[in-house]
Amino acid sequence: MTGFDFSNYNRNAALHARGVPLPKATSTGTTIVGCIYDNGVVIAADTRATSGPIVADKNCEKLHYIAPKIWCAGAGTAADTEFTTALISSNVELHSLSTGRDPRVITCMTMLKQHLFRYQGHIGAYLVVAGVDPTGVGLYTVHAHGSTDKLPYVTMGSGSLAAMSVFESMWQPDLDKEGAIALCAEAIKAGIFNDLGSGSNVDVCVIEKDKPTKLLRNYMKPNERGLKERNYRFPKGTTAWLNQKVISKEDLKKYVTIETLSGDDNLAAGEKMEVDV
Amino acid sequence: MVSQHGVQGVLGEDGIHVDMQHLKSGEVNLGTSIMAINFKDGVILGADSRTTTGAYIANRVTDKLTQVHDTIWCCRSGSAADTQAVADIVSYHLNMYGVVNDEAPSTQVAASLFQELCYENKDALSAGIIIAGYDPRHGGQVYSIPLGGSLHKQSFAIGGSGSTYIYGYTDAHWKDNMTEEEGIDFVRSALQEAIKWDGSSGGVIRMVVLTNRGAVRHLYLPDTNYTGPGVTN
Repeated sequence: MTGFDFSNYNRNAALHARGVPLPKATSTGTTIVGCIYDNGVVIAADTRATSGPIVADKNCEKLHYIAPKIWCAGAGTAADTEFTTALISSNVELHSLSTGRDPRVITCMTMLKQHLFRYQGHIGAYLVVAGVDPTGVGLYTVHAHGSTDKLPYVTMGSGSLAAMSVFESMWQPDLDKEGAIALCAEAIKAGIFNDLGSGSNVDVCVIEKDKPTKLLRNYMKPNERGLKERNYRFPKGTTAWLNQKVISKEDLKKYVTIETLSGDDNLAAGEKMEVDV
Repeated sequence: MVSQHGVQGVLGEDGIHVDMQHLKSGEVNLGTSIMAINFKDGVILGADSRTTTGAYIANRVTDKLTQVHDTIWCCRSGSAADTQAVADIVSYHLNMYGVVNDEAPSTQVAASLFQELCYENKDALSAGIIIAGYDPRHGGQVYSIPLGGSLHKQSFAIGGSGSTYIYGYTDAHWKDNMTEEEGIDFVRSALQEAIKWDGSSGGVIRMVVLTNRGAVRHLYLPDTNYTGPGVTN
């Protein structure tokens, strides 16, 4: 059976019991939302990925492909959302091929919840599943422990409270496509500006009946870096010097041993990090 | 070895200790008020609609009344993930039972399936489930499965965090063989009281009436002081 290996988890728990601090707990720094409208469904996400207090990626993709008309927005541990959606996407395609039918959103949601429930929350994937299938429009949230909810508008991640406040004050039951996109973008912006874990740009995905799915990458860029008003670099020759002596590489070998290093990737071995989205 | 964060885990006999409370933090909970009652023609299930993650209401219009067969339903309380998983498995088995035996399963069969899962996996689950169903042979029946996985057949059952506030109310107002109207009134008044006192319960009141006429859903909104709109299908 496909899946993850948790053998190191028990080792870590044993080490922790002996006083070694566990790897830092992951937190969800993300805003993802979804909203249905008369003829389809819209999902949206911010584009900030964090590793502890560091912004690991200023423009990452949190909208994941499952099937042509089923997409997922992911919060939680970046690696877990990426691999879980990829695994289910693969299984959904095989299922579709074997049944000869278009995949359904509820099938995908059930496969995700059963996968996540089996791992009892250790796979830190918090997802918004959305899509259109022969039965109609579908929009669900799936929590890491395997619980699901079905709602007309949903939010997840650390920015979910800011985003939900936008939905609760502006959502209407008779939204059209443009209205749904604008509302989702507004909800993500609330997360970007009011939640420290969220930031940068707005990604949007529109899934409509009888029309190809549209992924609107960087639909909004409300945080573009402006040009600096002034240049603070010191001009060459600012520091005065009394004398100058140039030593060639050949001459330097008289004093020290020189070893030339290759451009090996392992030089950056200290850069191994857990990244959250 | 002394760490900055101090020693937090406890080393067990096997050298490994896993704290369930710690592992399950951040889980979605159904801090709930649920109940099911017998009445003259069948059973009525009722529930509030609040699900929480800590102090945040993750869903204010949750449906905690879950269908596992045509006229066998359950009320879920405890962990949302656990109770959904259990209900999905029972639903699968009952549907298979219905096809294989060409006859609808009885409420007792459904309750036994729930008990098997809740008892055998008691260490891993936090699920308090009430099963209520109507079958032509036995009429309406109500079963309760609290945390340990025991099974109790009752004339009515209450459950969830909000139920503690209505033990006295339900006991004082209970009557055998109520009419449908009286039964709905009993459930609605009891849940209204539970919602009033329990912070983890709230939102709308959902109800399902199970009789020989099948399943009928009711909805009661806080906007109208839980007086309507009533039947929704």
